[in-house]
Amino acid sequence: MKIVFQLFFTFFKIGAFTLGGGYAMLSMVEKAVVDKKQWIPSDEFWDMIAIVQSLPGVFAVNTALYVGHRIAGRKGAVAAMLGAIIPSIVIILLLATIFREYRDMPVVERIFKGIRPCVVALILAPSLRMIKSAKVTWKTAIIPIAAVFLIWWCKVSPVIVIIAAIAGSLIYALVMERKMKQTAKKEAEP
Amino acid sequence: MIYLQLLWVFIKIGVLGFGGGYAMLSLIQHEVVDNYAWMTTTEFADMVAISQMTPGPISINMATYVGYTAGGFGGSLLASFALCLPSIIMVYFIIRLFMNKKSGSLMTNLLKGLKPAIAGLIFAAGLSMMNAQNFVQIGKGENNISIVICVLAFVASYFFKANPILLIVLSGAVGFFVY
Repeated sequence: MKIVFQLFFTFFKIGAFTLGGGYAMLSMVEKAVVDKKQWIPSDEFWDMIAIVQSLPGVFAVNTALYVGHRIAGRKGAVAAMLGAIIPSIVIILLLATIFREYRDMPVVERIFKGIRPCVVALILAPSLRMIKSAKVTWKTAIIPIAAVFLIWWCKVSPVIVIIAAIAGSLIYALVMERKMKQTAKKEAEP
Repeated sequence: MIYLQLLWVFIKIGVLGFGGGYAMLSLIQHEVVDNYAWMTTTEFADMVAISQMTPGPISINMATYVGYTAGGFGGSLLASFALCLPSIIMVYFIIRLFMNKKSGSLMTNLLKGLKPAIAGLIFAAGLSMMNAQNFVQIGKGENNISIVICVLAFVASYFFKANPILLIVLSGAVGFFVY
């Protein structure tokens, strides 16, 4: 039972004090779980993170669930997840209440008039960085362009676009898988 | 009714949200601004700024905020829980049954194929926020400070990887002194 509480407080601390979202939380989780508490060996941790990263959903929650489950089963998973999200919920509830109260004040409105265009830039920049890291070529550039065109211009629901993309990627992943198997076979045969 | 809608919307986002908080942002924007009109595009932009400056996972921050706006305290808890629900199911069943190294490489390849489309999704979300509500007097020539802020923040973020929180604070200061 003690370990369940420890899990809760470890993730609570990370959830309460890490700015910058799920990926920033990851290095804090590593420090706590691998280095300090030594709950999970480093190589196993990173192997699992590679898989957890490719799953949909909240990355920090997936990580907390996996770490909690690995260390203390179901109770551990729930404790770690609650620890990771409760600080967010409390802080946002407080801020949202305050912000809705004071939003119409001229000072607040002036500040947010400056912030809104910055938010747009902070959304556009990582999407372009993502295209760069995905190694998009002139041939595959059609995929992001089509996605932008469909959602922004044709007002197609992003839900439909992402489902179509999942179907396409699944075919791609299966083909890659087969190719890898075939080359492995060829290498095995003399 | 509002609770059922919140539950359905955020379960959907939890299932389809590949690629982290920003990918979810475009899904949330579509449901919250276009589909259900729980928020205006301005409120949405403000919410994104607040979610980014607050500690914790950005998508949980956004879910809590949307839930609170649409359905009060109960709505905020429900939205955050709904967003986590698919993850809970996945970690219990999928990770235990299928997540060995072999199917792990399938998932990694799947995400690799998905990445360009997700990037497009995020870019579209940014584009649709570039409107008259978020950009003060856009195109009128006399006051293009919004565009200047956007371009400078983009350059700082894309080329110099500037801290997003710092950029938000700075542009808030610019807004305070200019408007």
